[in-house]
Amino acid sequence: MGIVTLAAISGDIKFIGYGIAVLGPAIAEGLIASKALESTARQPEAGGHLQTVMLIALAFVEVIALLSFVLALM
Amino acid sequence: MGLFDLGAGMTLAAGMKMPGIDEFLPQPLLFAGTPFAITRITLIRLIMTAIILIVLGITAHRATLIPGRWQGFVEYGMDFVREQIAVPALGESRADRYTGNLTMIFFVIFLFNLCEVIPGFDMPATAAIACPLVFAIWSVISYVGAGIRTRGLGGFLKEELFPSGVPWPIYIILAPINLLEVFIVRPFSLTVRLFANMIAGHLILAVCYAGTQFLLLSAQPRALAGASILTLAGGLAMTLFEIFVGGLQAYIFAVLTANYIALSTPETVSGDAPEQVDKRAERSAQVAGNARQAALATA
Repeated sequence: MGIVTLAAISGDIKFIGYGIAVLGPAIAEGLIASKALESTARQPEAGGHLQTVMLIALAFVEVIALLSFVLALM
Repeated sequence: MGLFDLGAGMTLAAGMKMPGIDEFLPQPLLFAGTPFAITRITLIRLIMTAIILIVLGITAHRATLIPGRWQGFVEYGMDFVREQIAVPALGESRADRYTGNLTMIFFVIFLFNLCEVIPGFDMPATAAIACPLVFAIWSVISYVGAGIRTRGLGGFLKEELFPSGVPWPIYIILAPINLLEVFIVRPFSLTVRLFANMIAGHLILAVCYAGTQFLLLSAQPRALAGASILTLAGGLAMTLFEIFVGGLQAYIFAVLTANYIALSTPETVSGDAPEQVDKRAERSAQVAGNARQAALATA
């Protein structure tokens, strides 16, 4: 009697890789948002400017997560 | 039936047709085999472009001094681009020259993204790489052109590749990095950001609605049909979220383009920089002081 296969999972390991890869950008986006919120609480009159800067920073971080998304789909 | 067969869960996964990447590579409808092949996504783009041109053209043609409700709405959008995107990045003095360009970028990308949730289209027109790529190349043309216009080709390249205030050996590393940044990294990141966002959004919506259809019509056991309410609610919520994402991506694309234009056209060139004005005032005060001293000395 050879090796008995009890359970099998089929699929692609690259999606797990995608899950691991987005941990970094996820933490970064959380930090950006929390810092922007903190700064707005300290100086509410700078809120509009801070929001614009936050969105731009989020866009830069988001590219990292989206690159791995594209690689996972390829 | 194996020992570890999960029954309902397994059949559920096996029986459902999952939307995949093939969605974004549709069969050509017209002119198949030529470079001008028109697929579903291209057709959506053409229709949407025609709608934008006709609606905005008629609005502009019928524009009155006292705006009606629709004209007010369109003017609000135009004003939004100027006040929220162009002026914060470029300043009052430079904003007007580039507002038209930024308005085009923002409106067209937003409406192309909105095709994702318009019934009948159901596919963002920006979800095939060509469309975001063209917008990114147009963005490069905009900011390189703006830099060349204000400083000339040599001046633009010199200041972009060899920024002042750096010891010269650093230039060996810095110049290639800056060259990559200006001509490769910026358009590539603009392209991938828009493209991947729209693909991800469409896939989420497609999974939600395909799951609803499967659960409602053909899931076994039939008791699972009730779960379709959850996927439908999720799909509707994600539809609203995707409208937000479409607007956000258009906003970010336009804001980044405005910032790149601002980086390649230094404000001092247009002559309205506050430091320059301060210096001029200082100098005139100095001249006046010297004149007074000279007058006192002669007296």
